[in-house]
Amino acid sequence: MLDLSLDARRGSFRLRVECRFASDWTVIFGPSGAGKSTLLRLLAGLDRPVRGHIALDGRTLTETAIGLRVPPGHRQTSLVSQQPALFPHLNAAANVAYGLRSLPRGHRSRRVEEMLSLVGATDLASRRPQDLSGGQAQRVALARALAPAPRLLLLDEPFSAIDGPASDALLGRLQLWLRENHVQAVMATHDATDALATCAEVLLLREGRLTALGPAVQVLAAERDRLLGRLGIS
Amino acid sequence: MDWQAFVLSLRLATVTTAILLAVAVPLAALLVLGRGRWLAALEALATLPMVLPPTVLGFFLLVLLGPRTAFGRGITALLGHPLAFSFDGLVVGSVIYSLPFAVQPLVAGFASVDTALVDAARLLGAGPARLVSSILVPLARRSLLAAIVLSFLHTIGEFGVVLMLGGDIPGATRTLSIVLYNQVENFDYAAADRTAAILLALSVLSLAVIYSQAHSRVSGRGGRDA
Repeated sequence: MLDLSLDARRGSFRLRVECRFASDWTVIFGPSGAGKSTLLRLLAGLDRPVRGHIALDGRTLTETAIGLRVPPGHRQTSLVSQQPALFPHLNAAANVAYGLRSLPRGHRSRRVEEMLSLVGATDLASRRPQDLSGGQAQRVALARALAPAPRLLLLDEPFSAIDGPASDALLGRLQLWLRENHVQAVMATHDATDALATCAEVLLLREGRLTALGPAVQVLAAERDRLLGRLGIS
Repeated sequence: MDWQAFVLSLRLATVTTAILLAVAVPLAALLVLGRGRWLAALEALATLPMVLPPTVLGFFLLVLLGPRTAFGRGITALLGHPLAFSFDGLVVGSVIYSLPFAVQPLVAGFASVDTALVDAARLLGAGPARLVSSILVPLARRSLLAAIVLSFLHTIGEFGVVLMLGGDIPGATRTLSIVLYNQVENFDYAAADRTAAILLALSVLSLAVIYSQAHSRVSGRGGRDA
């Protein structure tokens, strides 16, 4: 359960959101520039709001009134961005192992193998980021984010470089794994098909304001009709 | 050829470079990763020795470390001897004088590292020390190399600070630059030629060795294992 009430500024852009994510899988849907990435960065603790609070399962992560902000890396929160941001001087396995420093070496290796297997990147373990395609890099970035066993997984259009069928298969495996491991996920996307495909709770964001929150079929009814119209299905 | 001065110059440059790296790496990381207006003042302070005339800096240090100030008297009481006109004093002066030559390349190198990588490391639990050692330094190793080269060669060639703070004591503060100055003052141009040639060769050799190592490291680099 994620509770948030945020008022944040980035240059001239202002984001004001107050809501509760109760679902295991929430999609933040909105056009480019709506504030999706800003919201995810605030949740991850990378940016500071002017005012507000964030609580995950009752644990306060940010509370501006008392100057509290749990730093990134201590919030049990992982973020996977569109840009994989793999460490270029480390191979894929070392990238995945980066957040597992506290684990004994044997456990760490097993965890790395497990995560790479989950995202279908076992054969990429010894490859350097510059030798990976965009889709492969996104898979490794996802494995790296999942490895430290977060309680909250934030996804910022993380499968944009993975082709349709492979993306669907990966999303299916990921959702199953998240359910089994009790990890709440919040995914930002501007693609209505992504939002509709996951049967998620959808938060509709426009110009930094929350305009709707509810089941995908309700919140995205207009988008759904538009997509069906383009396919010639009434 | 004054081998004693040659060895002393190398020793001074090596010790100064080692201390500078220990100081400049965290300082540069703080300047790049930190927040707050006071960082601009700190950066200006770290850059000041670059624009300050060496003799002025040497004079300030001579006064600061001498018996006229409480700080100088405290240091003397602590060490049992004054820092001025000693090798240790030269090291202090050299570290301050060459500080911007170590800090500036590192600031430029650290600032060029993609902020998305820094964010990723922070999200994975990296604290400041690990962030610097595992991300910033490896990704800015060319800048680190530049900092080492500049600090070393700048110290080898320094004159004003050395003369003001250290004087000309054989085996303690007489560096190659001081030897060269003495030789010219005595119209011994043949000896001055040799000393200048050694200083030039030292500079070229240092650059060649360090850059060739960097080149081989860059062309042969591989991904590190988990």
